[in-house]
Amino acid sequence: MPVNETAQNIFYERIQESTLDGEKLRNCLQCGNCSGVCPFGFVMVYPPSRMIAQVRANRFENILSTENIWMCVSCYACSNVCPAKIPITAGLMTVAKEELLLAGNVPSELQTALENSQRYGNPLGESPRKRADWTREILPEVKIMGKYRQPVKFLWFVGDYSSYHPRVQQISKSFVKILNALGIDFGILGPEEYSDGDSQRLAGERGLFEMLAEKNNQAFCKYEFQEIITTDPHAYNALKNEYPKLGISFPVRHYTELLFDLIESVRPLLNHPINSKVTYHDPCYLGRVNDIFNQPRQLLKEIPGVQLVEMPHNLKNSLCCGGGGGGMWLDGFQWEKAQIRLSEWRIQEALGTNVDILAVACPYETPRFEDAAKNIDKTGHLKIKDIAELLVESMGI
Amino acid sequence: MKIIVIIKLVPDLVEELSINSDGVSLDSAWLRMIINEFDDHALEQAILLKERKPAQVIAISPDYDGVDEVLFTAIAKGADQVIKLKGDFSNSNNHALARGLTPLIQEIQPDLVLTGVQANNDQDGSLGPTLAACLNMPFIGYVSGVALEENSVLLKKEYPGGVLSEIIVTIPVVLGIQAAEKPPRYVAVSKVRQIMKTSTIEEKQVSELNNNGGVKITRMFQPETNSHAEMITGNPEEVADKLLSIFKDIGVLK
Repeated sequence: MPVNETAQNIFYERIQESTLDGEKLRNCLQCGNCSGVCPFGFVMVYPPSRMIAQVRANRFENILSTENIWMCVSCYACSNVCPAKIPITAGLMTVAKEELLLAGNVPSELQTALENSQRYGNPLGESPRKRADWTREILPEVKIMGKYRQPVKFLWFVGDYSSYHPRVQQISKSFVKILNALGIDFGILGPEEYSDGDSQRLAGERGLFEMLAEKNNQAFCKYEFQEIITTDPHAYNALKNEYPKLGISFPVRHYTELLFDLIESVRPLLNHPINSKVTYHDPCYLGRVNDIFNQPRQLLKEIPGVQLVEMPHNLKNSLCCGGGGGGMWLDGFQWEKAQIRLSEWRIQEALGTNVDILAVACPYETPRFEDAAKNIDKTGHLKIKDIAELLVESMGI
Repeated sequence: MKIIVIIKLVPDLVEELSINSDGVSLDSAWLRMIINEFDDHALEQAILLKERKPAQVIAISPDYDGVDEVLFTAIAKGADQVIKLKGDFSNSNNHALARGLTPLIQEIQPDLVLTGVQANNDQDGSLGPTLAACLNMPFIGYVSGVALEENSVLLKKEYPGGVLSEIIVTIPVVLGIQAAEKPPRYVAVSKVRQIMKTSTIEEKQVSELNNNGGVKITRMFQPETNSHAEMITGNPEEVADKLLSIFKDIGVLK
């Protein structure tokens, strides 16, 4: 018997709505590709294909009564392989998370991150007033729009981890060096920037996402700039694909796109060779979701001495680092269920490829992979570096 | 069954605190207030009780900056009625708050009054015992479990060293909640926003705020350092020698 018939009817309607009147779900062949490719499919009672079968059989209560859905890291691997083109991540997994969240059924780690995002505008629970503190000792001074009060060409949406996480702050500082080396006019919002909210949305907190988007929009509207750039693929995805649905529309480029477009100016600055074998990890929200595969690779290839090799999982078939869709804030929960972290799998794959450097382009990844490397034997000399850091090293700045 | 929950907002320690030029109070310009963690547990406990037996949960909070959101969230969690106590609470202590709350609580005639067992700005003792004295009710603090009986409640009270006691007390009673039986629940932002559109916060004017009986603060200051740790450097043998000589100096080795 259904636990709560009304809630389930609403859930059913929403799933129908988000999957083109359910038409898409009816097209499911039950081929099982989605469940096979799902990195956590092996621990789910209802991996994606079984979830679809349950939905079609009108048995949503089965799905909602498991903690199954909190293993989903919104990596889009399932949506990517579906021959019937069912929007599994957006239409089914996220909607199911929203349903559980509305019922107050949230793992406590995730709850803390959501409450922090709501109160402080960042999931780390840091003081919003300190959002630009990482820029303090940088010269020339990074322009904070509220203080600078003049138009800039590029508004850099820095993001949560790039602002607060000590390891990722180093990458932010590297990117400042690149922008300055290229003479690019840019500014940041600092204390007026809020979390982009995309991972919170994919963790089921749509209301919070909308609230954060509105707050960011208030800041965007206060200042004059031509374009937004961001170092964070999750912010990129929000600004490019999700904010416009709320009427918040600004041109945006990921930093690897911007630097690739400026490659003629970047190339002459890359004077110091990095004689290393390098592999590149495609962030889900840059690659699979937004088709940016080439630009990061081209930037790496421009660095003298770099030999770029691919891991077995690459491009559209890249392996998620485990941080998306709330995974960043479900580490203990997911480890308890799976006894493995996706980041550890990825490190093992990088080691198997016998490279010196694992290059990344997302602020979730450096700390996730460095932590994973600590948990794995014989990681030896493997270094995890953001592309921005490698470019700075090669520029010798 | 009527359950009152008193919710205080306290300085949020995520923001750095600074001292006023008067040297005896916090600089309120940069102060951001947050629900007292123990009061959040008190609210959760009240709602858990309501989910087990029919009860009316009434949340009352003094008027601080940001209190509306806290009270709307309380409704979203399951409170039936929320009351904002109007007045200038910027310089009031728990004695004044207890006196200010008393007529309102007496008017409601609750069976239970739940408070958080402590708060980070309790300078004159926690609110619960003072409030109980004003109301002429018994007080039990450090409570981590409540079960409603006919005309009494069965309480779990925590003692240091991991000792628990079970206490039956006749209602009405004031409780100081150490922890609810479950962690405070999450309410989705959309749910709180919906409540903001459809619910109202009642307002009551506090009759008087009388700080008598509290403490007088003579000086407020940041922790001061008067000595530093000594970092011992060198190779392991040098470090070991240095450690030995330090141990001898302070008398733990002969």
